[in-house]
Formats: sequence, structure tokens, C-alpha cells
Amino acid sequence: MSRTTLDLWVGFFVAVGLGALLFLALKVGNMASASSGDTYAIQAKFDNIGGLKVRGAVKSAGVVVGRVTEIRFDPEAYVAVVTMNLDTRYKFPRDTFATINTSGLLGEQYIGFEVGGDTAMLKAGDTIKKTQSAVVLEKLISQFMFNKAAEDGGKK
Amino acid sequence: MSQEPLVEIRDLNFTYDSRPVLTGINMTIPKGKVVAVMGSSGCGKTTTLRVIGGQLKPTSGSVRVGGQAVHELDGDGLYALRRRMGMLFQFGALFTDMSVYDNIAFQMREHTDLPESVIRDLVMMKLHAVGLRGAHDLMPAELSGGMARRVALARAVALDPMLILYDEPFAGLDPISLSIIGELIRRLNDVLGASSVVVTHDVQESLKIVDYVYFVSAGKIVAEGTAEEIKRSTVPYVHQFIWGEADGPVPFHYPARPYGDEIMERASLRG
Amino acid sequence: MDKVILDALRSLGQKVTSRIWRLGYASRFFLAMLLHSGTALRRLNLTIREIYFTGVLSLIIILVSGMFVGMVLGLQGYDTLQRYGSTEALGVLVSLSLVRELGPVVAALLFASRAGSAITAEIGMMKATEQLSAMEMMAVDPIARVVAPRFWGGVISMPMLAALFSAMGIFGGYLVGVQLIGVDEGSFWSQMQASVDFREDILNGVIKSFVFGIIVSWVAVFEGYDAEPTAEGVSGATTRTVVTSSLAILAADFILTAFMFTGT
Repeated sequence: MSRTTLDLWVGFFVAVGLGALLFLALKVGNMASASSGDTYAIQAKFDNIGGLKVRGAVKSAGVVVGRVTEIRFDPEAYVAVVTMNLDTRYKFPRDTFATINTSGLLGEQYIGFEVGGDTAMLKAGDTIKKTQSAVVLEKLISQFMFNKAAEDGGKK
Repeated sequence: MSQEPLVEIRDLNFTYDSRPVLTGINMTIPKGKVVAVMGSSGCGKTTTLRVIGGQLKPTSGSVRVGGQAVHELDGDGLYALRRRMGMLFQFGALFTDMSVYDNIAFQMREHTDLPESVIRDLVMMKLHAVGLRGAHDLMPAELSGGMARRVALARAVALDPMLILYDEPFAGLDPISLSIIGELIRRLNDVLGASSVVVTHDVQESLKIVDYVYFVSAGKIVAEGTAEEIKRSTVPYVHQFIWGEADGPVPFHYPARPYGDEIMERASLRG
Repeated sequence: MDKVILDALRSLGQKVTSRIWRLGYASRFFLAMLLHSGTALRRLNLTIREIYFTGVLSLIIILVSGMFVGMVLGLQGYDTLQRYGSTEALGVLVSLSLVRELGPVVAALLFASRAGSAITAEIGMMKATEQLSAMEMMAVDPIARVVAPRFWGGVISMPMLAALFSAMGIFGGYLVGVQLIGVDEGSFWSQMQASVDFREDILNGVIKSFVFGIIVSWVAVFEGYDAEPTAEGVSGATTRTVVTSSLAILAADFILTAFMFTGT
């Protein structure tokens, strides 16, 4: 094996290896979406965040506009404080309504923004006032059962 | 021997795991001479060679090569000294992943900044000296035992050393290769003006070419002299060795109880 | 009876001491190797040669195994996920298990048995045939000239091989999941991209494979350099390389995983 063919093979190997890394970073991972541009941080308080996790998505009209960066418990107000980084390209009115939604019946939970009508926009460090907690499936089912029972009782 | 000697060994002791290998060795290797160190396998002659090359440190005593105490040199000093030494290993120890050419060019490329064209001339010269210029692009695996030994010899003298060490240069060679190697050892030594130490147990071949012989047995020098003196030696061990007798001071039997006793004992057990 | 127990204890103690002694020797060797790495990095063609032998020659086994592991993950993952009606998550399952665990670990295990054993055998044979000794006598340090380039070649090759393994595995999972079974292609990729984080998952996987590369290469060159200079000695050292580095990979994987993925 002469020097040049050997170099060629090693060069090929390194190129393919780096290509695989690039494939992992761009096609498999979310580097392409996460690294695009700067972000600003805002906060929101929820009574119950359900199964929301750090790195969970923040969506508006179904489009990912940011990510959850921190979740902590406020020991005075007994609520969950969620910090999220939003893409600076997107601005939202101050009366935006943040809800915790579930993708599919058993899927991941994410924060959804329903845009309000305020002319002032959210700035870095602001806190969203209007929030709706996660839907807890057990509560929903028991509520449904009660209502059903009450309805049935009324008909008789 | 009026000249100052190239290698001087004084009161050398070497112990390995508290087992004495060499005791009280005194040797002098004058410039320009070929000196043989002889003895049976495991008597410590290879150890002597490694002490001269600085691969082993003596337990006590002194080893001086070209005026420098080998055992007192630090890593860099030792490497500087070794650039002026060449060594032929028992089975050649050619680098199996390099061609014959690259094997001989190895030290030139490692230690000098010579341009490739000069290296090529030097390598071809060395290969021509051992008669293998035509084999320069073969791999070591394609060489016969005798050819490999000659290539190793060419590699050992690649940088024109002042001292050449040979570890069993005759081991496992056919008679023709044997005399070629013997011839080459003498000729290279004289052409390069170097000194050689040949560690061997091949009596007939080495006595033809060497100037002086040290006989080692069980880590001690038991006899020394020129080839003629050694041949006439009356030391029983040397006599047995030179003339290849099966029994003598070195017994045929490994130490054991008398066989008769053992047979009687077994018979009585059975009966 | 007491004597038997005492003897057993004593031999156990001796074994432990000799292991610790060896570990110390191996660490000293590691340091010497780092100190003598100048040549390997300055004369890059020495290291490039070793990348060829460790990396390029391991390509086939890595690519084929990666493909099959990914395909099996696709089949098994689909089978499990369909019970919960969430087969779109197949991409997530395949990619996360490959990028975080299987890629680095399985590639390192294959690397240990393919390249690690070859390095040990080569250095061991060079020692047995006195080539290392000869090099020393030519005033060339075998650690700088023979050992360090092989070590660095292995360290550089390993992350590449692990990335290739993962990429190939994801491709295998895609073939089985999307092309064969018919999971929706869009959700396969988009769910994957939504859940695989570059820093948390991919970069940590690369760090893992880098650490494994150091472990395998270190064990391989050390066992070769320390081998008994006989045929049996070399074959024993080769076996020890595979066993020791495999165990070390799995242990290191546990420690690294504990550090990396429990923070969130």
C-alpha cells in the first residue's frame, strides 16, 4: 500500500465520519432549529404543569417558537414557575394566553400560546399573566362520570 | 594493545531477581578488533551484550564505551551513544511492516535530514556490501533466513557505527550462509574501522574470524585468549565446548538420584 | 482447615496486589505515552497510517453491524410501540437508543475486538521478535515511534466509527420502519428531530465514544507492550485486551451515563 492510496483512504474515512456526525447533528438532532438565532426568556406560572419537561416545546398555532429551559416550584405561592426561551424573531402580545397541551392522547406535553389583542409586546424577563394548567386525565374522566351520572339521574 | 580500548568492562556484576547472572566480568575490546564472547546457552553472554548496549544496567561494576560510562548516562546521552553503535539481533529483528529498503533507511530517516536521493545512494551502497542490492523492494517475509540476516547486518552498519554488537549471528543458518555472514562480519569491521563483539556458541565459524575470545560459563569468564590459544586450552569446560563432546564437566544427565536406587524403591513398593 | 482458608485468602490478596501493581504500571505507561506523543503528532503520516489500520479497516464491520442493529431496533421497537398506538415515535426510539448508548458502546466493543486485538498482536509480535529492542538500540524510542501513533490513531478513529455506526443504524431503522412496515416517514423524522437534542444526546454520545477510544487504545497498546515475548504470551495478551477493554467500556459507560443523563 503506497503512501498516496493510504492517505486517500484515510481522507475518505475522516470525511465519511465527519459526514455521519453532521447527519446526526442536522438530520437526527435539533441543532438546525435550536441554533437559529437568539432567544429571549419569559416566565409563566401554572397551578399544575402535568408532565411538562425541560426542553419541551413552546408552540403557537402549532409552530415551535421556543423551548422550556427551567421548571421550578415557588414555595410561597405554591405554583410552578416555568422559564422558556423564545425565538427573537417572534413577538407576542402581553395578554397572550399560555396553556399546557398534550400532543395526542398520551404524547409529550408542550406549552401552547393563544395570542391576545394587546398592542404591547412581551419583553425578556416578563411573566405571562393568563395561564391554564395541564389537563389531568383522571380529573377529566371523573368529572365526565359525575356529569353522566347526574344526567342519567335527572332523566328518570 | 597499546591503543586505548573502545569498550572496557570492570568487575561487572549483574543479578536478575536476586539470581546472579554475571559475576566479576572483566573484558577489554580494543579498537578495530573482533572479539567473541562464547559459552553455552543461558550462561549470560547475551546479558553482557545488553549491558554494553545500555539496555540493562549493571548491579555493580563499570562499563565504559568510547570513554563514557554507559550505566551513568541519562536517556538522551544513551541515545546519543547508541547512534554510534550497531546491533545485529539473533533472528535479525527486521521491521516486518517495512521493505528491505525502508528497513535500512530507517535510521537515516529518523536521525538525519538527508534528502531522499542521498539516502537512496547510501542504502544501495549498504545493500551492495552484503550482496543484496537486487532485493531492495522485497518484504522481510519474502527473504530466506540467511538473506534476512544479511539485511539486518546492512541495517546494523547503516550509520557507520564505531561498535557493532552481534547477538548469535550464526544461529539457525545453513553452512553457506554461515560462512557468508562470518566473512561479512570480518570485512565490515575492517572496512568501517569499527570494533565488533560477537556473542556466539558457534565455535568453528567464529574462531576463523575473531581476534580474541572470552569464554563465559555460569556468569564467569573461565578462559580468554586468541583463537589458537583457545583451541589449545586445557580448561576442561573449554575443551569439551570446542570439541563438542557430549559428556564432560557439563554432565549429560540433569541432576537426579542414582537410577538404581529409584528402580529398587519402585520394585519394593510393588512387591 | 484453617490453613486452607488462610491460603485462599493469601492467594486472593496476592491477586489483588498484582492487579493494583499492574494498574500502576499501566498508568505510568499512559503518562510516558502522552509525554512521547510529540513525534506522533509532529509526523502526522505515522498516525495517518495507524488510522488506516484501525479505522478504515474496521469500516465494513462497523457499517454492517450498525445497519443490522438499527434494523432489529426498528422491528422490535415497532412491535412494542404499536401496543400503545404510538408507532410514530419509532424514529425517536431508534435514534435515541443508538446515539446515546448502542452507537458508542457496540462500536467500541467491535473496535476492541477488531482493531484493539490487532494492535496488541502487532506490538506483541514486534516485542517477541526483538523489533522493539532493535529500535531502542537504534536510538529510536519505541514508545514514541510505535506505541503513541497507534494510540492516537485509535483515539481519532473511534468517534468516527461510533458516529458512522449510529448513522447507519438510524438508516437501518428507517429502512425497516418506514420502507418495510410503513410508518409515516414525516413523523418518523420530525419526532426524531424534536426529541434528539444536539448537546444532550449527540455530543454526549461523541464524548462517550472518545472516552471509549482512549480506553480501548490504551489497553491495547499496553497489553502489547507488556506481553510476554513468546507466541503464547502474545495470544494471551490479545485475549486480555478484548476482555479487559470490553469490561472497562461497559463500566465506563455506566459511570458516564450516570453523569450525563440524570441531570434533567
